[in-house]
Amino acid sequence: MEKLNKLTSHSLFLPLFALSILLFFNAVFVKDFFLIEMTDDGRLYGRLVDILNRSSSLIILSLGMTFVIATSGIDISVGSIIAISSAVCCTMLGGAGNGTAANPFIIAMGCAVLAGVLAGSWNGLLVSKFKIQPVVATLILMTAGRGIAQLLTEGQIITVYYKPFSYIGGTIPGSMLPTTIFIALAMVLLVYIVNKKTSVGLFIQSVGINPTASRFTGIKVNHVIFLVYAFSGFCAGVSGLIEGSLIRAADANNAGLNMEMDAILAVALGGTLLSGGKFNIGGSVIGAITIQTLTTTMYAFGVASDQLPVIKAIVVVILCLVQSEQFRVIWSNWKNKNKSIKNQTEHVPTVTHNLLQDKTVLEQQGGNKA
Amino acid sequence: MIYKLKPFVDAAIASKYFSFIVTVLLFLILYGIGMASYQGFMKPQVFLNLFIDNAALIVVTVGITFTLLTGGIDLSVGSVVALSCMMIAYMLQYTAIPVVIVIGIVLLMGIILGGVQGYLITKFNMQPFIVTLAGMFFARGMTAVISRETVSITNPTYTAIASERISVFGLGFISIGVVIAIMVLIIATILLKYTKFGRTVFAVGGNEHSAALMGLPTFKTKIMVYVISGFCAALGGVVYSWIMLSGYTLHGVGMEMDAVASSVIGGTLLTGGVGFLPGTLFGVLIQGIILTFITFQGTLSAWWTKIVVGALLCLFIIMQALITEKKGKISSKQSVTAKK
Repeated sequence: MEKLNKLTSHSLFLPLFALSILLFFNAVFVKDFFLIEMTDDGRLYGRLVDILNRSSSLIILSLGMTFVIATSGIDISVGSIIAISSAVCCTMLGGAGNGTAANPFIIAMGCAVLAGVLAGSWNGLLVSKFKIQPVVATLILMTAGRGIAQLLTEGQIITVYYKPFSYIGGTIPGSMLPTTIFIALAMVLLVYIVNKKTSVGLFIQSVGINPTASRFTGIKVNHVIFLVYAFSGFCAGVSGLIEGSLIRAADANNAGLNMEMDAILAVALGGTLLSGGKFNIGGSVIGAITIQTLTTTMYAFGVASDQLPVIKAIVVVILCLVQSEQFRVIWSNWKNKNKSIKNQTEHVPTVTHNLLQDKTVLEQQGGNKA
Repeated sequence: MIYKLKPFVDAAIASKYFSFIVTVLLFLILYGIGMASYQGFMKPQVFLNLFIDNAALIVVTVGITFTLLTGGIDLSVGSVVALSCMMIAYMLQYTAIPVVIVIGIVLLMGIILGGVQGYLITKFNMQPFIVTLAGMFFARGMTAVISRETVSITNPTYTAIASERISVFGLGFISIGVVIAIMVLIIATILLKYTKFGRTVFAVGGNEHSAALMGLPTFKTKIMVYVISGFCAALGGVVYSWIMLSGYTLHGVGMEMDAVASSVIGGTLLTGGVGFLPGTLFGVLIQGIILTFITFQGTLSAWWTKIVVGALLCLFIIMQALITEKKGKISSKQSVTAKK
């Protein structure tokens, strides 16, 4: 029993548990789910490869989102930044029908990512310098971002016929796996190394737990917050390249639509508290893969793409409910009550329990007085 | 001269209605520019059309303002509008339920959805943003579950209500939706200004802990605020369905952002505790006037509205931040002089 408790309290337990349930479900109900085959030109394909391929842009997004949420902020503009980034790249490559690019590919990619960083920096500026709440500050770009993307593409869907552009979302000739997987892997490695080898991760965590105390210990809180949002913009910029390449076009209205929700969901599922503080990069990555598996599974069962949000919404609420402290108190009270009935012994409540109960009682009293 | 003006400027900035005054001035200036540039702006009907086109948004904005005043947010309103339209369309087309009961069911749906969200937020201390974001996805998804195709409304009673026009002093006409919107606005203003509940909303927004220690019913008030928001969103959906006469999954996309923007432009402080409802009316009208500009201009696309609204939102939020800072300075100065 103690071992089980230790296992369930591990930070990666929830995301891995959810993922394995989904995989098990798929293994039973979906035919050939784990089958991976090789095509004649040496490419691997199968449902698992497909899930990894489709989830990579979400993985990248959730990396940036993890840091933002760890500073107890939120970035709801990432979907719009994806639209901007893919619009920049496609506009710079141009829609020439003969497959030539108007600008060198590298420069177009660079500009797209730069656009993402600029957008993120704008968010960072508003949050760190003007002290605007993160939800509201990023709301501005969420509203205006798609307008800006439309402005860039002049209200049209630019289809790119330049061949190398499709390699980002597809496969480079001669490679066994889709390029997106390598991009995601590189990003995860980069974040992991930076997190392990430098103190940035610690700073972010410290700012998330208590910004005032962090400032007194000498951390430049404003710089950390600014950087976190800029990095989130960078991640969204890279995702924008992938999203654009997958459909080989810039669709300002639909690129990255609702992806901010998926990214937040991935981070929450990964065990990072939405109130900030301690974060878990590995959890977010697994969370992102889990969400994509859920999406793919639902599609396999014939749930339409626009009906899927119902399920995702329920998952989000349950997750947040489990994370919430009040819920844990109620849950443990209920569990203890059952136990005490069984053992005929009174349980000894801990100090924290009492404090929280007092608070609830106070609130309820406040409610009753009216 | 500047020195003499300064006390007046300070007093104006410190006044509760500073944001409101700025918004009304902005509206008048925009309307003035419109009248100067386009002949058509002179017609009274253009002004009344602002109300007809934005009646649903006015109702929704009134609801969302309640949540903003407590320092929360309700992102689900746009989807609730879509769900209401779809429910109305579906029930009128495929069942024999009378119109009045259909509207009643839809309003009840809004109240329940708002109540559940409010309960989750208040009872479990969850972030309003996350809960209502989930609510937004839930309502939008449920709309698709009811029907993925457009369902049009052909019920004769319903279309008759939708096309009813009321004359205003012979200058022009308004729809029933406008009457409802104005009524909601007036009732909500009175509710906020002159009732115990209204003052509790402001108190909770100002400082929840203090409000709880004063013995105010914070728990009940916070749930009530989301119930009102859900009710207003459903009512907004009814008004919206009179304009669209159909149910479709993409109705009201982005409406929550328009509503928040209108409320902020109208002087609601997003940190909670400060706001004046008639200001939100002008916030909506300013958005309407930008759209009218674009229609009159003819060559610009509708997405310019998004950029302009985004820019305005940003401007007003920064202005709020600066005002709050300035107010702090003024009041501290006043307290220093009082001590002397």
